[in-house]
Amino acid sequence: MSVLVITEHIRGEVRDITRELVTAAQDLDGPVAVAVIAKDPSALADAVNVSGVDEIVNVAVEQEEFENDVYAGVVEALAKEREPDVTLTGFTVNSMGFAPAVAARLGLGFASDVLSFRQDGDGLVAERSFYGAKVNAEVEFPGKAQVVLMLRATSWAPAEGSGNATVSDFQAPQIESRARHLEFVDVEQGDVDITTADFLLSVGRGIGEKENLAQFEELAEKMGGVLSVSRPIVDSGWVPNVRQVGQSGKTVKPKVYLALGISGAVQHLAGMKTSGTIIAVNTDAEAPIFNVAHYGAVADLFDVAEELEKLF
Amino acid sequence: MKIVVAVKQIATLGDEVEFTDDERAVDPDFLDYALNDWDSFSTEEALQIRDRSGEGEVVVVSVGDEDAEEAMRRCLAMGADRGIRIWSDALDGADPITVARALAEVIRREGPDFVFAGVQSADSVQAATGVALAELLGLPRVAVVTKIELGDGKAVVDRELEGGIVDRTEVDVPALFTIQTGINEPRYATLRAIKQAEQKEIEVVEPSDLGEPAYRVRRMYVPEKGAGAEMLDGSAENVAQRIAEIVKERLK
Repeated sequence: MSVLVITEHIRGEVRDITRELVTAAQDLDGPVAVAVIAKDPSALADAVNVSGVDEIVNVAVEQEEFENDVYAGVVEALAKEREPDVTLTGFTVNSMGFAPAVAARLGLGFASDVLSFRQDGDGLVAERSFYGAKVNAEVEFPGKAQVVLMLRATSWAPAEGSGNATVSDFQAPQIESRARHLEFVDVEQGDVDITTADFLLSVGRGIGEKENLAQFEELAEKMGGVLSVSRPIVDSGWVPNVRQVGQSGKTVKPKVYLALGISGAVQHLAGMKTSGTIIAVNTDAEAPIFNVAHYGAVADLFDVAEELEKLF
Repeated sequence: MKIVVAVKQIATLGDEVEFTDDERAVDPDFLDYALNDWDSFSTEEALQIRDRSGEGEVVVVSVGDEDAEEAMRRCLAMGADRGIRIWSDALDGADPITVARALAEVIRREGPDFVFAGVQSADSVQAATGVALAELLGLPRVAVVTKIELGDGKAVVDRELEGGIVDRTEVDVPALFTIQTGINEPRYATLRAIKQAEQKEIEVVEPSDLGEPAYRVRRMYVPEKGAGAEMLDGSAENVAQRIAEIVKERLK
């Protein structure tokens, strides 16, 4: 099955997800083409010319940075002209802006947040989760000659080594971009950097109220680390998002990650699952966090925190 | 100002699960239901924009069977003006693009100034319905929006990228935005509002053409759980002691 990988880049850098997609593409028998949609695609060619890539397709467009109409228009044109059996994108914010649109417009097979996939006879089977990762499903694409798959980040190792891909050019269609990039705004870092701490004590929804935060921040410091949080805590406005672990926050890899009252949404796990030692305390024995934790305890986080206070 | 908000009643699983006989779905007896988290934020955002503009209406549209009206009533109790529920049996367990087709048919005739949808639903995490819907409606769209500023003939919105980077985007309107959690503080409905919401209209519509599905579930199953965590048993005191040992050992 022929595969087309859509490159993701920002501020002149190809993102890791692209090389993960190249690795994933090897699960089919190929060939593997990688499309680079950019103002100057050739500047990014080296970064995508990795082992496993057969062809790099340069698509020059006016826009320096991602805009969803541009990607939708180009990917649609590529789908029509090159007819790849499978188009791969990341399950990323950028791709969320165009991949479902292309599939809807052209009536292609489509699945997102895909964990694995394989050829099955003439068709394709993809695996994805439902119900908070408590159930997985195999989905198939009957009658679809082309399928778009959005793959979950950090599920495949990034492809490495240098490839010897051929390079071709593809003429972008005329596109009116209706949602235009203005500027990037970076999160203010402040004096907290959770990405460099050896020990993170991380709290989530389970702490209940804002008033309870201070005691965990103190405990984190007492234990020689820094307090980090999961998304709901930031959404509630209790702490700024410099402390947030997860896909929309920071990816962390401390020596020890102690998760108190964090159930472990996929987006959170993506940001911490490579930590050295993961310890999780949760009252729900089925919480997904226990799937990635090295040590777990089904217990009340306040009781455990109170006892920890005495030990440091 | 007319804003349509696409909402979903999501299903959650407890500790146990059984599947239907064909293994293509979870046995509904094992599911509980709730309004999707993201949708309380998108409804709140629509209400705030309506109220700032001083006129107009917020219409909640949902694909779901009769039970889904409970989630819709929550949005109506928050202050949405009316609801439209779309259903046919063919929509049971449907893929996001099929759901988008069902929504598009109804929303097109409403001719809204804005369409909001949650970034994703908590039970199936497709993050696809909203953007597919925008395409079918021919609307500009921005996914994963954390801030909206309306201007003349356009809007400036913040799009939240991975790692906390924000992409400020100028978008032509009318437009569709998929709304990220945290964009606002969704209001709680008062008891009075909940009672009043009972009286608000929910129109029921059957879709005419759903097209071919984008995927079909072949089977569902409980995933294997890898090695799993070593569980620390005993009292909170025992658990804390073991945690302390592990932390001190690893940080040495």
